[in-house]
Amino acid sequence: MQTLNTTLLIIGGGPGGYVTAIRAGQLGIPTILVEGQSLGGTCLNIGCIPSKALIHVAEQFHQTRHHHQLSPLGISVSAPTLDITKSVEWKDGIVDRLTTGVAALLKKNKVQVIQGWAKVVDGKTVDVGDTRIQCEHLVLATGSKSVNLPMLPIGGPIISSTEALVPTSVPKRLIVVGGGYIGLELGIAYRKLGAEVSVVEAQERILPAYDAELTQPVHDELRKLGVKLYLKHSVQGFDSKENTLQILAPNGATLNLETDQVLVAVGRKPNTQGWNLEALNLDMNGSSIKIDHRCQTSMRNVYAIGDLSGEPMLAHRAMAQGEMVAELISGKSREFNPTAIAAVCFTDPELVVVGKTPDEANAAGLDCIVSSFPFAANGRAMTLESKSGFVRVVARRDNHVIVGWQAVGVGVSELSTAFAQSLEMGARLEDIGGTIHAHPTLGEAVQEAALRALGHALHL
Amino acid sequence: MGTHVIKMPDIGEGIAEVELSVWHVKVGDMVVEDQVLADVMTDKAMVDIPSPVHGKVIALGGQPGEVMAVGSVLISIEVEGAGNVKESAQPAPVKEAPVAAAKVETVVESKPVAAPSPKAAVCQGPMVARAADERPLASPAVRKHALDLGIQLRLVRGTGPAGRVLHEDLDAYLAQGQSNASAPVAAAYAQRIDEQQIPVIGMRRKIAQRMQDATQRAAHFSYVEEIDVTAVEELRAHLNEKHGATRGKLTLLPFLVRAMVVALRDFPQMNARYDDEAQVITRLGAVHVGVATQSDVGLMVPVVRHAEARSLWDSAAEIARLANAARNGKASRDELSGSTITLTSLGALGGIVSTPVLNLPEVAIVGVNKIVERPMVIKGQIVIRKMMNLSSSFDHRVVDGMDAALFIQAIRGLLEQPATLFVD
Repeated sequence: MQTLNTTLLIIGGGPGGYVTAIRAGQLGIPTILVEGQSLGGTCLNIGCIPSKALIHVAEQFHQTRHHHQLSPLGISVSAPTLDITKSVEWKDGIVDRLTTGVAALLKKNKVQVIQGWAKVVDGKTVDVGDTRIQCEHLVLATGSKSVNLPMLPIGGPIISSTEALVPTSVPKRLIVVGGGYIGLELGIAYRKLGAEVSVVEAQERILPAYDAELTQPVHDELRKLGVKLYLKHSVQGFDSKENTLQILAPNGATLNLETDQVLVAVGRKPNTQGWNLEALNLDMNGSSIKIDHRCQTSMRNVYAIGDLSGEPMLAHRAMAQGEMVAELISGKSREFNPTAIAAVCFTDPELVVVGKTPDEANAAGLDCIVSSFPFAANGRAMTLESKSGFVRVVARRDNHVIVGWQAVGVGVSELSTAFAQSLEMGARLEDIGGTIHAHPTLGEAVQEAALRALGHALHL
Repeated sequence: MGTHVIKMPDIGEGIAEVELSVWHVKVGDMVVEDQVLADVMTDKAMVDIPSPVHGKVIALGGQPGEVMAVGSVLISIEVEGAGNVKESAQPAPVKEAPVAAAKVETVVESKPVAAPSPKAAVCQGPMVARAADERPLASPAVRKHALDLGIQLRLVRGTGPAGRVLHEDLDAYLAQGQSNASAPVAAAYAQRIDEQQIPVIGMRRKIAQRMQDATQRAAHFSYVEEIDVTAVEELRAHLNEKHGATRGKLTLLPFLVRAMVVALRDFPQMNARYDDEAQVITRLGAVHVGVATQSDVGLMVPVVRHAEARSLWDSAAEIARLANAARNGKASRDELSGSTITLTSLGALGGIVSTPVLNLPEVAIVGVNKIVERPMVIKGQIVIRKMMNLSSSFDHRVVDGMDAALFIQAIRGLLEQPATLFVD
């Protein structure tokens, strides 16, 4: 058995792992990264990036069809057709470019990448095949996996998000199980690609993690797109002979829904299986590894970052944790202590939540001003054929310090940057109200929301 | 509004300079009458400077550790009414200082100022404590910088909008020298990178100077002898049993003082001061015994005057009184100076041997070690005796080793035959 010695060993080459490695390389820490599949992890290969690519294809196709039918814009085109194989090739091209880029960055920073499945021996020893790696610091960044339902085992017509991102054809009918952001993003994309889409959600509304006011524009758009919603319905099972999904209605009746495919999107869970994590006997926090504010586990010099360390399971959180851990290992004094981590849903319309929602501020005992500004009064939104949605601000009543931003509307994902920055800088309503926001942009609604909270919105 | 200036008072004995030891207030604090503003120290005595007025501190005249001239401006306080200086703030003549306080008191009495709420005073301080779970408002760059500096952001006063902590606030916090609270709050056994800087000022500086001076100038010669204190301990127990209730308990120290007094009759060269600049040795008839005492601020040596004229109980009471005064920082300058020979004891912590440092310009110091019961051979028999070492140092420049040894042997003889302590 070959033995390698290193200062830092990272298990997992996703956003958390590869960023840790790059930063560690910059800091001159000898680093080995072990990846079993493809660099970039879920995010680059089967998550964020490919789903955004597919959403873009769907949107373009949908827009073209919209022009073909009755475009108020005066554009007329003949009926579009879709070669989904080419769409997937285009998407794969983006993924390839990004994963190759990650590999190049790791190489540039002198990180040794070892391809293979890691098996933990102890807190300082990991085996990969017949190579043994000894390290001083171990970073666990194995990410997460889709949660499966026992009555809907993945295979054949039953698919997970991974299969949904590499379609060979667009199904005529698709039932999405799960009304969270993954199910809705893919459900809407498939609907725009031409499938008849139904969404089954056990709770009483879609995107149950967010408040009703915020999710209403998405709900309205789903109706407009013709996506059928089965809220407060639960899945019973799947009849593979009849290709029907049995669901239980709130009144106790069982419905049989015929379908060609079922997409199971009921969430993700930390990937703690199959790499002998048990050997470390770490303290857990539910199904995730328990960490402190420095991403340290219960074992000295063993860190866990990203989805493995629990919610919020977001790539940008994992990256920030990884950067911090590398600096910590280099001897700097660091804490993972962000004011806010933005969450974005690439639904139609898009939805952004940064910091505290009104309910959360209330629960935290803060006396807050809540104010929103609708895109219906924003010129730029109108020129984008979008009138739904709004920007909402939550600020302390006593000192006007902003504690949260939410927005729903076309293109609002890009506003997350401004939202997060204002929270991290400790901005007050007056700071945002006093910043000149370019006209005509969606960002004007941000300024106007702050002005409205101060009682003097200009365009309302 | 006027300004009331307090000047460095003349503490007495014609001292021209006084060291500022500690500020008890800072700029922006509200102070009330009689509140202690600062501690200053002369040679060894610490003196409180109280405020004669109500008001707000607007300027401090010096940094802790600074040696200030008597009559220089110590502190300026903004008061209701006229104050004791013109707004042009011309330096008041030095002589005015003692009377100024009384003058302004009357002004203040005629226009009483409401005592400020404690909250207001806290808010104006350079340091502010937030609740442990309260997140200080600060940008990511400031937060990272604070981590680099090992500063707990929670303790830094923010001067930005809504109390936002700015880079300047970190600088100000550092300048205040309050960067000592930094240790990472990680798991047990985490490496620590914090450090704490303690300015060597006040008492500590005095002690450091004197110790360094003593070890550099004197040629220390240390001599250790074992003493059988069984008999004197029996006598002590007996006296305490008989007179303890009425005359007070005796420790071993008064017996040692008595032994030194008696032995010094034959060794006058040990009860002396050596002025090495003038090259004169002054032998003194009076035995003023310095008794080394540990106080909160460091080592002090209050002096039992005229030990040669004191009875055992007299000595005991004086030692107890002086030790108390020294520990409470209330010993006067007189009580802390003028010794001719020094006795140092760590009591139960006395150990086996110590190497005392001379209290210059004295030439001898007697150190007391711990009493232990030991098997001793007396007349061919092993018996249990109470034994104690005396570790003493002498200035070998002017005391010969033989004389030093004989002096200690004389003390030993007196203590081992305690009756001889009282036979003249």
